[in-house]
Amino acid sequence: MDRADVRPLAGRRPAPAPLVVSVLALAAVMALAISVGSVPVPPAALMGGLVDGLRGHVHGTVDVIVWQLRLPRVVLAALVGAALSLAGAAFQGVFRNPLADPYLLGAASGAGFGAAAVLVFAGAVPWLARLGVPVAAFACAMATVAAVTLVARQGSHLPSVSLILSGVVVGSSLTAATSFLMLASRDRAAGILSWLLGSFAYASWGRLLPVAALLLPAALAILAAARALDVMQLGEESAAQLGVPIEAVKLGLLVAATLATAAAVSVAGVIGFVGLVVPHAVRLAFGAPHRRLLPLAAVWGALFMVLADLAARTVVAPAEVPVGVITALVGGPFFLALLRKQRT
Amino acid sequence: MSVVARAVRAGYGDGDVLRGVDLELRSGEVLGVIGPNGAGKSSLVRVFTRLLPLREGHVEVDGVPLARIARRSLARQVAVVPQSAELPSGFRVEELVAMGRAPHIGLLGAPTAADAEAVEAALRETDTERLRRRAASELSGGERQRVLLARALAQRPRYLLLDEPTNHLDLRYQLEVLAFLRREVARGVGAMVVLHDLNLAAGGCDRLAVLDRGRVAALGAPSDVLTAPLVSKVYGAEVEIHTLDARPLVVPRLPRG
Repeated sequence: MDRADVRPLAGRRPAPAPLVVSVLALAAVMALAISVGSVPVPPAALMGGLVDGLRGHVHGTVDVIVWQLRLPRVVLAALVGAALSLAGAAFQGVFRNPLADPYLLGAASGAGFGAAAVLVFAGAVPWLARLGVPVAAFACAMATVAAVTLVARQGSHLPSVSLILSGVVVGSSLTAATSFLMLASRDRAAGILSWLLGSFAYASWGRLLPVAALLLPAALAILAAARALDVMQLGEESAAQLGVPIEAVKLGLLVAATLATAAAVSVAGVIGFVGLVVPHAVRLAFGAPHRRLLPLAAVWGALFMVLADLAARTVVAPAEVPVGVITALVGGPFFLALLRKQRT
Repeated sequence: MSVVARAVRAGYGDGDVLRGVDLELRSGEVLGVIGPNGAGKSSLVRVFTRLLPLREGHVEVDGVPLARIARRSLARQVAVVPQSAELPSGFRVEELVAMGRAPHIGLLGAPTAADAEAVEAALRETDTERLRRRAASELSGGERQRVLLARALAQRPRYLLLDEPTNHLDLRYQLEVLAFLRREVARGVGAMVVLHDLNLAAGGCDRLAVLDRGRVAALGAPSDVLTAPLVSKVYGAEVEIHTLDARPLVVPRLPRG
């Protein structure tokens, strides 16, 4: 039995070429994003800065710009983009709906409410201030999805329709609560809105590491479910008849995708469209099998987010546009174009 | 070797759809299941794959009670060709057929040469090799049905359960499905097929089970089962039974006027 006989299974080897090319493209875009800014960094200085940083001798202005300002920001944008896109792909797979996104079960509205609560009440409630926005956002996002899941649960089953409906309902309530907080303390409203729209301006290695530590296991769990997700596209009944433990896979994926989403949102705010558009576009371009789709969605989510953040900090420099505004402005029309293309 | 149902009661909500079904699917036979809409034919398929829990009674596969067979292990023994031929978009035919190997590979395992060989054989036997690179959305109804047959074959099951596999198919594909079943049972597979077309059932099945309101109203060779009184009673429609090549031929009496 030679390799050619194995290839038709297509589950044997992930098609290497598109992934390799995509990773190289991501590396190039990240290098570009580190180079561009108020102080341009030429390629040689960029390499020098990276090497110095890796060795632990960060000296000189350029090294500080490369290693302590731009690299953490670019890496964080890449991680958040990859996380949202991967979580979006997982949600779209679980719900067999290309319009599902990572915020479907209320992670975004939960995080938004948590962040708003800290921003409004931190002055009056010291423990909220100590908790900080990222931790509160993360905890509220997880708690919201947990509540939605418990409400939707019917015995040992997690019916997709009830999950989506309770996600929408709980999400709307929390968004209303956040809006109320903004109206009630108008002096903080701009701060809350700016957090909600997303930014990587406060990126640092210290903020990045906990996010990476949460994302890595979540991403691995989602990638490991590739075959189950494929079979689940046949419908839950057929998947069960093919031996897939539907409820366990579903719950595992919801936990992993929610962890990734909550971690991303807690440090970057509620950045929309990436988790919806990128997996969808990758599916149209490279096909639906998840062992190909999931890694490519992660890489292209990272690439898209790094570019969006680059635009966010350069288009009206020295001011910044919230990165969520950029992703929505670019992602919206792009998504509409995809929808129209699909219909024909 | 057989799948046996004894006094099976099962249903949805407050009602029972199956109300005491006794039936045996033997290796090497095509067992046709016929009966009017709502008689419980599809529910029987769901009971045999543990999607519909038993309320009473007993089902066993080759002597092992269904409840003691793990879902993945059951999927290696019993394959289902579903009623609706909806296939997810974005997958090629060979990828869809390879999904039949899921119960053998497991969720975290990697496909082996044996898996690839089973997929190739399934493509070959269903004559879908030339479709392998096609997207599911580009297939005709008959081609989609063949892909579903190939997926079930890739499971290498001992029993095949087909739920109205000839629905929406033209005559040629209907005969093709029956020819496929004859080939498989000649290799020792036991096939249970839910059919609406009584003449197709009479011509293609070794035995017929007539389901009526959740019970087996008749069971046996087509010529014994398909009698005018029984068919008229179960379906509530007047029919004449003729004999052609020693097989019963059901001719409905059309209302005149």
